[in-house]
Amino acid sequence: MPDLQALVTDFVLKLKRRKIEGSQATAKQTAELLRQVVSQQRMPYTNQASVLIDGVRAVGEQLIAANPIELAVGNIVRRVLHIIREENLSSTTAAMEGLGLTAGSDDDEGEHEDHPGLSAAAVAAAARSTLRAPSLQTLLEDIPESAVAPHPSSSGGDSEGKSKSADRSSRSKKLKHDVIEAINELIQDIDTCHELISEQAVEHIHQNEVILTLGRSRTVKEFLCAAKEKKRSFRVFVAEGAPRYQGHVLAKELVGKGIQTTVITDSAVFAMISRVNMVIVGAHAIMANGGVIAPVGINMVALAAQRHAVPFVVVAGSHKLCPLYPHNPEVLLNELKCPSDLLDFGEFSDCMDYGSLGGSPLLHVVNPAFDYVQPKLAARISNFVCSASSNQLPQPGGWSHGVKFPLLDHYGFGILDRFHGDDVESQGGHNPSYVYRLIADYYSADDLVNYLHPLLNHPMSSHDDCPSMIYGFLCSRCHHRLGGGEATARGQRGHEVRRVNSKIRIIGSAKEVDPS
Amino acid sequence: MDMRRPPRTVSDPKVRQVGFVTPSAAPPTRSLSDAPTTVAAASASSPPSGEISLLGSSLSPVMIPPPRHASSDGRPSAPVAVPNPASSLRRDSLRIRVGSYNASEVVLGTPPSASPSSRTDNAASEFSEETMSPWHGRSGTAKVASSFPGSSSEMIVMKTGVGGGGGAGSTPKSPLTTASVVKTLPGISEKEREVLMGTQNDGAGASKTLKEKTTKAERRALQEAQRAAKAAAKEAGAGVKPSTASGSAVVANTKQGKVVKPPPQKKDGPQIAPPSGSSEKKVVDRPPEKDRKKDVPAPRMQFDDKHRVEKAKRRAVVNQFEAKNRVELFRHLPQYIHGTQLPDLEGKFFQLDPMHPSVYKVGLQYLSGQISGSNARCIAMLLAFREAIRDYSTPPEKALVRDLTAKISSYVSFLIECRPLSISMGNTIKFLKNRIAKLPDTMSESEAKSSLQSDIDRFINEKIVIADKVIIRHAVTKIRDGDVLLTYGLSSVVEMILVYAHEVGKQFRVVIVDSRPKLEGQVLLHRLVAKGLNCTYTHINAISYIMHEVTRVFLGAASVLSNGTVYSRVGTACVAMVANAFRVPVLICCEAYKFHERVQLDSICSNELGDPDVISRVSGRQDLNHLDNWADNENLQLLNLSYDATPSDYVSMIITDYGMVCFY
Repeated sequence: MPDLQALVTDFVLKLKRRKIEGSQATAKQTAELLRQVVSQQRMPYTNQASVLIDGVRAVGEQLIAANPIELAVGNIVRRVLHIIREENLSSTTAAMEGLGLTAGSDDDEGEHEDHPGLSAAAVAAAARSTLRAPSLQTLLEDIPESAVAPHPSSSGGDSEGKSKSADRSSRSKKLKHDVIEAINELIQDIDTCHELISEQAVEHIHQNEVILTLGRSRTVKEFLCAAKEKKRSFRVFVAEGAPRYQGHVLAKELVGKGIQTTVITDSAVFAMISRVNMVIVGAHAIMANGGVIAPVGINMVALAAQRHAVPFVVVAGSHKLCPLYPHNPEVLLNELKCPSDLLDFGEFSDCMDYGSLGGSPLLHVVNPAFDYVQPKLAARISNFVCSASSNQLPQPGGWSHGVKFPLLDHYGFGILDRFHGDDVESQGGHNPSYVYRLIADYYSADDLVNYLHPLLNHPMSSHDDCPSMIYGFLCSRCHHRLGGGEATARGQRGHEVRRVNSKIRIIGSAKEVDPS
Repeated sequence: MDMRRPPRTVSDPKVRQVGFVTPSAAPPTRSLSDAPTTVAAASASSPPSGEISLLGSSLSPVMIPPPRHASSDGRPSAPVAVPNPASSLRRDSLRIRVGSYNASEVVLGTPPSASPSSRTDNAASEFSEETMSPWHGRSGTAKVASSFPGSSSEMIVMKTGVGGGGGAGSTPKSPLTTASVVKTLPGISEKEREVLMGTQNDGAGASKTLKEKTTKAERRALQEAQRAAKAAAKEAGAGVKPSTASGSAVVANTKQGKVVKPPPQKKDGPQIAPPSGSSEKKVVDRPPEKDRKKDVPAPRMQFDDKHRVEKAKRRAVVNQFEAKNRVELFRHLPQYIHGTQLPDLEGKFFQLDPMHPSVYKVGLQYLSGQISGSNARCIAMLLAFREAIRDYSTPPEKALVRDLTAKISSYVSFLIECRPLSISMGNTIKFLKNRIAKLPDTMSESEAKSSLQSDIDRFINEKIVIADKVIIRHAVTKIRDGDVLLTYGLSSVVEMILVYAHEVGKQFRVVIVDSRPKLEGQVLLHRLVAKGLNCTYTHINAISYIMHEVTRVFLGAASVLSNGTVYSRVGTACVAMVANAFRVPVLICCEAYKFHERVQLDSICSNELGDPDVISRVSGRQDLNHLDNWADNENLQLLNLSYDATPSDYVSMIITDYGMVCFY
C-alpha cells in the first residue's frame, strides 16, 4: 500500500517538524490516519484482530517516535488498539453466545470444542472485568451478562463446521466494520470535546466568580465563553503565559465575548491568587498517576493555588488522558524551545563572545515548553469541585462516546462521559488517584507494555530554521542533543529508570490473560 | 509603593502641633491676646462640635479606619491621645478655627442657613479631604502635621478674597503652578492669621453664632473663591499678581501684603501637604475633625475615595490624568499615569522654583524609570537632598529646624507624585527629619547644614554601602563550590554577592530568572557574563523546570516587614514558593534600613501599579499585537503590579548587615 505508506511518512514528517500544533489536531489526524490503516489492512481468514493490531501498532510506533513529546499520538494509537480488542472481544462473545444457543441441539459432537468455548467465555469475562472498572455502571450492566455467560458455557459445546465458517466470514467483515465505526466515534469525540466540556461550565462557574488562567487553551476559552453565554457574569485574570504570550490572545477573545478580563504578568500570579476563586487551565496531557503535563508556568500557578486553597481545575479532552506513568516528566516529557523567545540574539551576541573564550559557553538559555504538576499535592487538599460520581463505561457492544472532563481540584478530576447508545450524560469529578481507572476504560494493559514511551533524540533536521543556529547560540533543543549540558545526562539516566519503573508497574497490573 | 505610614503616632501629633503652633514664640503672644476669643469660640462652637463628632462616626467608612483611634472620633478623646501640651495647643487650633471661620462669615456675608443634609455631605467630603492630606505627607509626619495650620491660614486668605494671592504676588517668588500657589498662600498664615484674628475678633460676636450654620451654599461659594484665586494666580504667571482681590478683603489684603512677604520664602512644609483650599475650609468649619485628625495616624491615601483623589489632583504639581480601564481590585492604589506626565513636567523645570533642581532631576528620573531599585532610589534621593541642604539658607524669621523640615517634606511630596515612595526611602526620610529635628538650637546655620550633609553621607555609607559589604561577606559563607544559585530580577546586593563570590574563587553557576515587563534579569545577565560567570537564563514560568538543579536561591527585597513578610519585586513570591516546594533554601538579602514595622498580609492592599501599556507590548515580538488599543474596550484591563509579598514561611533566611536571621 504505497498510498498508505505515503500518508504515514507524510504525517511522521509533520510531527517531526512540529507542523501540527495542539493535541486536538494531532489526535484527530492520528485517528484519521489509523482509520486508513485499518480500512486498508488486508484481513486474513483467521486471527484478524491480531493482524489489525499488528498493523496499527507498526504505524503507531512510527508516529510515536516522530514526536514523543506529543502524547496525544500515543494515546490515540493505544485507544485504537483498545478498540480493536474490544470489538474483537465483543464479537467473540456474541459468537459464543450464538453458538451456545445452538449448542443445545447436539451434544455429542462438541466435546472437544467445549474447552475452547469455555475458555473463551472465561477469558471474555475475565477481560471485561479487568478492562472495566467495577463501577456502579458496570455492576448494573454486567449483572445480566454474567448471569447469562456461565449458562452457555456450562451447557456445553457446539459447533457445526459450516455454520461456524459462515459465521466467521461474516464476523471478519463485521470486525473491521465495527472497528472503523468505533474509530469514527473516537474522531467525533475529539471533534466535539470542547462543546461537551463547556456544557459543564455553568455548573462550575458561579456569579461573580473570579477565575485565573494562564496562557491560552482552546478548551478553557470555550469553557469560559459557554459560561458567559449562559449569562453568568464573572471576571477572568489571564496570566500572559511567557514565552508564547498566548494569554494576550485569550484575553482578546474573552473580551470579544464581553467577559471582564484582566491581563496580568506571570510574575503577578502569586499576588493575585489570593483574590481568585478558581483556577482553570488547560493541559497538554494527563498522566496515569493523575499528574498533569501542561504549558510551562502551570506548576507555579498550581502551587500558588494550593497555598491559598483555590480550586485548581484542569479541563482537557479525553485524548489527553495518557496511560503512561511519568517519571521525571519535567525533563523527559519536555521540550526545550528556541532561546530566541527569551533573549534577543542581536543584543546578546557579545555574551556569546565571552562564552567562546572559555571553551564552554557561559550563557545558557532554558526555555522549556511544559510543566509537570504533581498529583501528590492533591492529597493535601481535600475539597473537590466535583466529587467522584458514576463514570459510565463503554457499553458492551459499542464504544463509548467518552469525553473526559478532568477537573483537577488540586489535581482532582471530573469526568464527563457521554453515552453513545442511550445519550445519557453523566458527569462528575475524580480524584487524580482515580485516573488509573479511567485509563483502564480507555486502554488495554497490553498496549502499555508494548508501547513504552521511547525517548528519541531531537530531530536536528527539523530545527535548522531555529535562529539560534544562525547566531551560534546554544539552542536548547540542540543543547539536549549535543550532550553538553547535564540535561542530557540527567535525561538519559532518568529515562532508563523510568523504563524500568513503568515495566514494573505494568507487570503488576497486567496479570490478566490476553483476550486475543 | 505608596505606603509609608507616618512614623509614630505618638511623635506625630507633637511634631504636628509644633508645626502648627508655629515656633514657640508666635503662639504665646497670640494666645494671650486671643485668649478670650478662644474661650468664647470654644463655647460657641461646642454644639457644632458635638454634631460633628456624630457625623464623624457615621462617616467613618469614608476614611480608612484607623483602628487604634476608633474611639477618638469625638473630640474628647483627642486630648488623651496627645499627651503633651495638648490643651494649649488645642485651644490654639480652636481659636484659629474660630477666627478663620468668622472671617469667612464676615467676608462673605452670606446668611447662614443650615440644612442638615448638605452639611453632612459637606462634612463627608471635608473629612475625606482631610484624610487625604496625610497621604500626601505620608512620608513626613511633620509635613502632615504642619499642613493643617498652614491650610487653615491659607483658607483664611482665600476667604478674605484673593487677597492672599495678591499678597503673595508681591513676593519675589511667583506661583506658577497650583501647588506653588498653594504653598505661597499658606506662608501668609502666621501674620495674616493674627491680622485676621483681629478683624475677626471685632466681628466675632456676631459671626460666632453663625459659625455653626454654614450652609452648603456658603461653602461652595468659598470653594469657588479659592478656585478662582488659584486659577488667577496661575494665569498671573511670574511677575503679574492677580489683583482680583475681592472688595471685602481689601482691608485685610493691604495688611497682608506686607505681612505676606516673608512667608512665601519661608515656604513651610505644611503648605505643600495641604495644597487644596478645600481642606482648610473644612478645618475651619469643623474644629473637632481637625483635632481628631491630629492623633490619628495619617492613613495611606486610598485612591478609591473620589473626594480625596479630587483634592489630591488639584494640588498636585504633576498633572494627574484619569487612568483608563482601572482594575477594580486596585482602585485604592495610585493609578499609573506617569508616562504621560514626563514631557509636561520637563517643561516645568524652570518654573517650579520651590523645588531644588537636583530634587527635580531625581524626581524626573524616578518618573522615567531611569533610577529604579530601592537602594538606587534612596541614594539618589539622599544626594539630592544633600545638595538641596547645601544650597539652603534659612529665610529670615524662620527657624532652620522647622523650615528645613518643611522644605524636605515638600520635596518628598513632589517625589511621591513622581513615583510612590519605597519603604527604604520612607525610612530614610524619617531618619533625615529626625536628624534635622535634633539639631541643637545653638548650632549656627552653616554648622547645621554641614552636620546634616555629613549625616547624609554617613547614612549612605553606613546603611547602604557598608551594609551591602557586610551582607556580601555573610552571604558568601553560604555559597559552596558546585552550587547552582538562582536569583530573580536584578537586585544590586545579590549581584554584588555573586560577583564577589566569583572573585573569591568559588565555583558556582548562576541561574537568572526573569520576568516581563521589566526584564531586569537581562541587565544582570549581561553584567555577570561579562565578568565571566557561568549563567543560565530563563523566564519565571520555567521556574519549576530549572529549580531541580538549583541549590540556593538568593533574592533581594524592597522591605522586610515585621511579620516576616518580604516585600519585593513582583514574582519574588513565586520564586520563593517554588523553591520552597522543591526544598531549596531561599536567602533574602536586605539591608537593615529597609526593615519596616508594618504588617502586610497580601499584595493587594498596598502595592504600586506600573504602566499597563508595557504589558500589551512584548519587546521583540511584533507579531503580538492582540492587545493594541486595549484601552478602547472597557472589559479589558491590564494590570502591572510592581511588588508582591512573600510569606515568611517561604524564606529560609534573611541576610542583613546585622547578621543572618532564620525565621524557623
